[in-house]
Amino acid sequence: MAVRAAHELRDGEVVFVGIGVPNLACNLARATHAPNLMLIYESGAVGAVPDRLPVSIGDPALVTGSLAVAPMADIFQYYLQGGRIQVGFLGGAQIDRYGNINSTVIGDYLHPKVRLPGSGGACEIAIHAQRVVVVAPLSPRSFPQAVDFITSPGLNGKYGTRESLGLPGAGPVRIVTDMGILAPSHGSGELELVGVYPGLDADAVRKKAGWPLAVASTLEPILPPTERELHLLRDVLDVDRLYIGKRGE
Amino acid sequence: MAHPSGSKLMTMSDAIGRFVRDGDVLVIEGFTHLICFAAAHEIIRQRRRDLTLCRLTPDLIYDQLIAAGCAKKLVFSWAGNPGVGSLHALRRSIEKNPDRPLELEEYSHFGLVARFCAGAAQLPFWPMRDYRGSDLPAANPLIKTVTCPYTGEELATVPALNPDVAVIHAQRADASGNAQVWGLYGVQKEAAFASDRVILVAEEIIAESVLRSDPNRTLIPGIIVDAVVCEPWGAHPSYAQGYYDRDNDFYIEWEDISKDPERLATWLDEFVYGVAGRSEYMAKLGPERKQRLTASPLMSEGVNYGF
Repeated sequence: MAVRAAHELRDGEVVFVGIGVPNLACNLARATHAPNLMLIYESGAVGAVPDRLPVSIGDPALVTGSLAVAPMADIFQYYLQGGRIQVGFLGGAQIDRYGNINSTVIGDYLHPKVRLPGSGGACEIAIHAQRVVVVAPLSPRSFPQAVDFITSPGLNGKYGTRESLGLPGAGPVRIVTDMGILAPSHGSGELELVGVYPGLDADAVRKKAGWPLAVASTLEPILPPTERELHLLRDVLDVDRLYIGKRGE
Repeated sequence: MAHPSGSKLMTMSDAIGRFVRDGDVLVIEGFTHLICFAAAHEIIRQRRRDLTLCRLTPDLIYDQLIAAGCAKKLVFSWAGNPGVGSLHALRRSIEKNPDRPLELEEYSHFGLVARFCAGAAQLPFWPMRDYRGSDLPAANPLIKTVTCPYTGEELATVPALNPDVAVIHAQRADASGNAQVWGLYGVQKEAAFASDRVILVAEEIIAESVLRSDPNRTLIPGIIVDAVVCEPWGAHPSYAQGYYDRDNDFYIEWEDISKDPERLATWLDEFVYGVAGRSEYMAKLGPERKQRLTASPLMSEGVNYGF
């Protein structure tokens, strides 16, 4: 997932980085095809060049050597609401058919089965980033027909479409999972399977979603990770295996 | 009342005793950086009750205050253990405590930042482009909308947040509470200006002349500060850039400590109730940990303030 997510980034882009796999993906991209990627963290670090993998979104290594440190009021108002962020990365416990993301509660809001951390900056990233890349492992539980709570708006939902709501960014245009890639189909904004990882069968992957997941008429070719990418992930960027798992997948 | 010399220096125990009251709306800010655990532990020791706790990320500091029974309500925007998982005392009080649940008031980060901006500016609310298409306004009726009188655009609004008391941790300050911060600012400045009373806690106290040699680094002016506390390592297990690193191991340990209410109670007994203050707490942690977390020097180049 980290390698695939890194491939979603182009050199020179301005990225709003989240912690975990997105952070790993951004630093992998910076070490490979996108050395001029501009990393902005919600904690205030602008143009960060972390020389260790940050465990938290506010790690001191994000500050050391960065271009600027901004108060969070500036980050959200001038950088994000100001339209300066090209790519936002989001994860979530649930992602639905139209890319709506839930990171708030499983079950009823007032009497939740599981209380999740909540929005953080996710709601405004989903609204303002020019495009959003979502990273989440594919399973029927994580990809239900409809989410229990819309923390971050997707492409279409009970409140309307992005266009009818006047949301500035394009929303979740790429969903990177551990088996393949989902993207909105033109028109309705419903997610469809647009690529599967080498060795996987599209028909088996589509059954992992909690709704009848459509498969695009032509699938994108997806190459396996290169030796260099795997080496960077396992031996340089995430030596302690905080995010890529003990087996390093 | 101000000290004749202008010094507001006092002990943590005196500062909390004088300026934090039962039922207060309290903010201890600091985004990952400069979170004043020393103040929270003193609040627990002095057994303050019915506090409304405000913070973007409740973090371990509010999980501890909640576990110790100090909290009535939580105002927040992201409630997890950063990089680790859950805040279990908080989750227990929401998921498994139907008799006396913790009251919640939930925003996104931008929403809560905006509440502090309005509070600091002494305005009733703050407008923003946010929340359209999200269930957050349905979960929190205080998130409303306003029509822009110039363009007719509908904007989201959040009400001002004006806490009774703020605890702000800084790297260094003078005795009047002029405080310098570098590294991540979070919403420390906004939270301080928004609050009625401000307790300023610093890693070290410096002479006013040293502070005046680099005025651009001053984030908090002494005129809004009521008490100044010198508390080295006061932000552990969070960090102070240039002083000590974040104790990521402790954040990971908290997962197991907080999962088990009995173990959490034992931890509070040993590290909070069982010590008189921060220096005893640090002594208990041991010299190895202190040595491991101490920052290595990496000085910035100075600038010319001349004219």
